[in-house]
Amino acid sequence: MSIFKEKRYVRVDVESKPEEGLWMKCKSCGDLLFKRRVKENNNICPSCGEYFFLTAMERVETLVDEGSFVDGAKPIESNDPLMFVDSKPYSQRLDEAREATGLADAIVVGTADVGGIGIVLAVMDFRFIGGSMGSVMGEQICHGMETAVEKKVPFVLVSSSGGARIQEGVYSLMQMAKTAAVRKHLADARLPFISIMTYPTSGGVQASIASLGDIIIAERGTMIGFAGRRVIQSTIAKELPPNYQTDSFALEHGGIDRVVSRDVLRTELADVLSFFSGVLS
Amino acid sequence: MSEERTLDLLEAKIEELRSLNREDGIDLSGEIERLEKKLEAMRRELYSNLSDWERVRFARHPKRPYALDYIEAVFTDFYELHGDRIVGDDPALVAGLARLDGRSVVVLGQQKGRSTEEKQLRLFGMTRPHGYRKARRALLLAERFSFPVITLIDTPGAYPGVEAEELNIGCAIAENLLTMSSLATPIVSLVIGEGGSGGALAIGVADCILMLENAIYSVISPEAAASIVWRDKERMKEAAVALNLTAPHLFERGLIDAVISEPLGGAHRDFAATTKSVRSELVRRVEDLAALPVDELVEKRYERYRNVGQFRMTSDDTV
Repeated sequence: MSIFKEKRYVRVDVESKPEEGLWMKCKSCGDLLFKRRVKENNNICPSCGEYFFLTAMERVETLVDEGSFVDGAKPIESNDPLMFVDSKPYSQRLDEAREATGLADAIVVGTADVGGIGIVLAVMDFRFIGGSMGSVMGEQICHGMETAVEKKVPFVLVSSSGGARIQEGVYSLMQMAKTAAVRKHLADARLPFISIMTYPTSGGVQASIASLGDIIIAERGTMIGFAGRRVIQSTIAKELPPNYQTDSFALEHGGIDRVVSRDVLRTELADVLSFFSGVLS
Repeated sequence: MSEERTLDLLEAKIEELRSLNREDGIDLSGEIERLEKKLEAMRRELYSNLSDWERVRFARHPKRPYALDYIEAVFTDFYELHGDRIVGDDPALVAGLARLDGRSVVVLGQQKGRSTEEKQLRLFGMTRPHGYRKARRALLLAERFSFPVITLIDTPGAYPGVEAEELNIGCAIAENLLTMSSLATPIVSLVIGEGGSGGALAIGVADCILMLENAIYSVISPEAAASIVWRDKERMKEAAVALNLTAPHLFERGLIDAVISEPLGGAHRDFAATTKSVRSELVRRVEDLAALPVDELVEKRYERYRNVGQFRMTSDDTV
């Protein structure tokens, strides 16, 4: 199908301190790379073209007009409603994730310009407990959509999530319904919602807000699907097709509008938003 | 459950004595009464303090009444509708018109199978994209004619399979959430067995969420949760506790509106009694909701979902 080589992601380890050292090694081709050069190249390996995993703020930087992002998140954090304990307490897991990412939860929300068009942008961060959606993420997405309605600007969501946050039980599950309910306000206000799916967009996030965009764009190399590969394999007990739940699979089966490579994602977003400038007064 | 088998044996014994009593004219009434008292005490002991895991077992009990049992017993004149008009019909989710206490309603129910054959046909209630899209079609029909909707939830989860992903099951679920959140007609959901994650929620956005006492509702099955968070599937009992997935827990947290009590020993032990409670609760809830102006109904539903979640402020500023 695609004339491009399927790109797979290399995840930057959460433990690695990005500010330490000027050089990094590409886990795909093994080349030693000058970090600033990688950053200038949208976190794509200059040697082999491999996509590196982006943090939410790195994603913001690659997507919006320079310096235009203004944080607009609600000042909230999880209160561990179930006092959930697995191999460690959820409250400790949260503290560690906050420490490692500098974020309050797995999402960043704010206003920004893309090609001069004002938007509200929400971006998930996979490093924070797998980008999972709990009460905080649900609330931030709704808050973002409501801000977009208030400011009469488009809403753009960049997903990167394994699904619902297990440690918040049914509260997490209900965030699927919550975000879907608030999504209607954007439609009623005739404001476009562009959903950008990045690696990975799955589970409860794919089965709610991420699939409800007016336009759905996937970054090349994205995994898109509802049920995990292992779950499916154990249910049907046979090999899955090689491109299963990839961007090309989703495009082929009509699940998304387009697949876009990272280096042109920003121009693509600006282009698509420009079609709506007439309806945004 | 082995304790259940003891109860069954005791019950059979009592029955045997009764028939002896009748046929041979031997007076065994004293003995029968003694055994009945013992049986009752054992039942109370066994069922009054169920652990969370035992409730999970009850929710999945092979004798548990399924959606079609309730549709048959609680409603009248069920008129089944088939197909999503695009791909096919999904027997895991039944949809149709029916009457509840004389009122026309739309009823949706996830149906597990009783026999091996039926289980295979209905995929154990694991709903596929065309099941959710059939449900959506029925929901829109209900809205068009202002019929209240009753949904009966009982699924381990949405069907995980290649075809389901090809047909974009995630999107089918998402669209139902969107549709139900603003549907201009009353919706009552009742979890009768397993409320398995997004696959259950996809017919569970409602004005009133009810659960049978021994039903469960969870973001993930305890087995899957255990294998993800502990990397040990065998710790599902702990996971069941941690997830707060029982009806009493969810009621206490305000996530559901009411718990419908089951007869001692579970809904299947006395289905007539279960039916009676379910019918009266559904009739009452539908009546109350139908009395509200529809705008107010939809607004209240919106507020409910807009406000669901638990978090704390980290500063005094309001953004």
